[in-house]
Amino acid sequence: MSYKGKFRVWRGDADGGDLQDYEVEVNEGEVVLDVIHRLQATQTPDLAVRWNCKAGKCGSCSAEINGMPKLMCMCRMNTFEEGETVTVTPMRTFPVIRDLVTDVSFNYEKARQIPAFTPPADLKPGEYRMQQVDVERSQEFRKCIECFLCQDTCHVIRDHEENKESFSGPRFLMRIAELDMHPLDAADRQKAAQEQHGLGFCNITKCCTEVCPENIKITDNALIPMKERVADRKYDPIVWLGNKIRRRPA
Amino acid sequence: MTELERHSYDVVVIGAGGAGLRAAIEAREQGKRTAIVCKSLFGKAHTVMAEGGCAAAMGNANSNDNWQVHYRDTMRGGKFLNNWRMAELHAQEAPDRVWELESYGALFDRTPDGRISQRNFGGHTYPRLAHVGDRTGLELIRTLQQKIVSLQQEDFEATGDYEANLKVYAECTVTELLKDGDAISGAFGYWRESGRFILFDAPAVILATGGVGKSFKVTSNSWEYTGDGHALAMRAGATLINMEFIQFHPTGMVWPPSVKGILVTESVRGDGGVLKNSEGKRFMFDYVPDVFRAQYAETEEEADRWYKDADNNRRPPELLPRDEVARAINSEVKAGRGTPHGGVFLDVSSRLPAEEIKRRLPSMYHQFKELADVDITAEPMEVGPTCHYVMGGVEVDPDTAQSVVPGLFAAGEVAGGMHGSNRLGGNSLSDLLVFGRRAGMGAATYLDQLGTERPKIAEADIDAAAAEALAPFELEGGENPYTIHQELQQSMNDLVGIIRKADEIEQALGRLAEFRGRIAKMTVEGHRQFNPGWHLALDLRNMLAVSECVAKAALERQESRGGHTRDDFPGMNAEWRKLLLVCALQADGSVSVVRKDQIPMRDDLLELFELDELKKYMTEEELPA
Repeated sequence: MSYKGKFRVWRGDADGGDLQDYEVEVNEGEVVLDVIHRLQATQTPDLAVRWNCKAGKCGSCSAEINGMPKLMCMCRMNTFEEGETVTVTPMRTFPVIRDLVTDVSFNYEKARQIPAFTPPADLKPGEYRMQQVDVERSQEFRKCIECFLCQDTCHVIRDHEENKESFSGPRFLMRIAELDMHPLDAADRQKAAQEQHGLGFCNITKCCTEVCPENIKITDNALIPMKERVADRKYDPIVWLGNKIRRRPA
Repeated sequence: MTELERHSYDVVVIGAGGAGLRAAIEAREQGKRTAIVCKSLFGKAHTVMAEGGCAAAMGNANSNDNWQVHYRDTMRGGKFLNNWRMAELHAQEAPDRVWELESYGALFDRTPDGRISQRNFGGHTYPRLAHVGDRTGLELIRTLQQKIVSLQQEDFEATGDYEANLKVYAECTVTELLKDGDAISGAFGYWRESGRFILFDAPAVILATGGVGKSFKVTSNSWEYTGDGHALAMRAGATLINMEFIQFHPTGMVWPPSVKGILVTESVRGDGGVLKNSEGKRFMFDYVPDVFRAQYAETEEEADRWYKDADNNRRPPELLPRDEVARAINSEVKAGRGTPHGGVFLDVSSRLPAEEIKRRLPSMYHQFKELADVDITAEPMEVGPTCHYVMGGVEVDPDTAQSVVPGLFAAGEVAGGMHGSNRLGGNSLSDLLVFGRRAGMGAATYLDQLGTERPKIAEADIDAAAAEALAPFELEGGENPYTIHQELQQSMNDLVGIIRKADEIEQALGRLAEFRGRIAKMTVEGHRQFNPGWHLALDLRNMLAVSECVAKAALERQESRGGHTRDDFPGMNAEWRKLLLVCALQADGSVSVVRKDQIPMRDDLLELFELDELKKYMTEEELPA
């Protein structure tokens, strides 16, 4: 059941690096992360890789396997031919720290720029009442394990460093949608989605949905509805009129 | 003098799981400048792995539930060895802690009338676990993470700096606590990314580092669970209790080998899943111990009726506390009635419609599909026990979470006492919240009493900590830490595992002494920048110290109770219930184990139980008159 697998792993740091070839034992039922760990234990003790739960729940071991953004712990070796070379490279959208570990601080900065859940003023803890059907929309987005593969694959920032400042990426646009669809959130999210977080940059190619290990329908269920809400608000004549009337000084 | 960056805080929280984050929120809300130091990225801690739910007697699913019932269940689950004051505070405060999460933005599953839904779990009399499908831990950690961000946003509004009063130091490992006389003065560590040293000048340190599972081969725990907090506490002079009690979760994956140990949530059984052996028999009916006989069904018919009508039927024995189920599975496999890969069958496919399984247990469906090619809606899972949780931990004051060392606090899995000899499922997430908050308050009160006279850090201590951390680079030609780690895990698994014997534990202690010598001589290759070999070398010291506590306490306790089963002392002994085993570090680096009397339970709490039940656990003198 065991065979010698061919692996090509990117080794290096911020100053540069290259792909290096390894031959390493692969056993039945293993995933790419198992093989990376075996490399560490037997050939390259200082190979840097980020991981935690090894069960697809924490979103730490994101990388690109044969060019596809994936979690190393959920990528089974039996999806490759035995003679096939498996190439593992760090996520391209974020700066490399070392080997397979990248600097994902961009994501934590974006997370901070989204105002937190705003509790309703008239309800005390314990008094919240929500229907299952109403919480399910946001619950889908809260399945996110923050692996940042959607951010990695999104072409708006993948090869466009210059867009990072004005675009928060699918993960955080989805966070805004999550809050906007929260039955009890008291804040207004729609204007900022467009003006501060770059919702308009998204041209719904659905790459984020495709790489999501949690199978969240990021584009269909979060980004497109959010775009619709923003458009309704901005261009619907009745909403426009309503806003004018409400804003009139007393 | 050692080159390093220095930071000054009121409170340093080590660990960013549920307990650490809740402690940090509290410390910051009490007006203390707080740092959170964690080994992984922010939001990745092991709490994300919690699946089933958070136990809190809110009474949403069954209005008969209240804190007294929860308290009784917790004490029974722990076989009455629990610190009763902790169990009391936990049962009383858990509902408020859960409701508070909703005000931070959490979205739990709902009851038809819009309240938080609650599910059944092993050992809980009523449906009690607040949950979000089977990813409750993720919801909890994300909610707390987002609350931290919201506090940082408030600080930004006020000061222009997000990190003015609350900062996360991610991928940063603390290797030593520093003291001035008896009291904590700070913490020393390194950045994983650069390998550079960092010093926190702080009079209060809260340990929230989780458990010790990485000392065992088959475990549901992630790499971070290397007993850091347990070891740091001991090196700082604190004591550990209950270290002999390790919870083996009955249902971990057994196949394929690379995922052996990964957790299969208890919710599978809570939602109707049953355990069967290779003969197709629901074997749990044969394993109901006398102390629980009155509360559990004797026939499959009664057990099945319970899911629909819990008030008039007794519970299915699949929902016994975890220690009982794990031992039963172990016995079935030993008796030759196991599955092809050495587990038993856990079947939900014949119990619920496929769509319902996918809705209630989405992560389990996903996990088995992706990792084992098994469709749990169509076929049974193969499961077996996996090292899941350590009941033992730092001995703390129940109300303030302070250890015997002034300024050192502990909350969550790293603290001991709350769960006694066995933790009930769902009581961990609630423990994190209740005692995380209390540790934050305890630290704030300590600081207020301390005034302006803060303990000082001695330069010599910094140099010593730095030398200790760099020691693995000093030697050449020694062993690789990965090899020693694998052997340590194998030894603990085989010799101090789910079933223990004196001669095997003694053998383990011999091996641990040998590892001590080998660890002192191991070699790390490469340099300090993001070097996992070096990180493991430092963590190994902690795993060794903790393993020694587990083995020594396990040898000392001559009875079987909860997460400690002695083949040579199979019964539970009321005399032993009164005793705690306290571990401390000796001057020569070895672990000492001392017996200590339990504080007798307060009368009003004793009165919550029937005399007949107390008789099963307590000695004649302890019973109420």
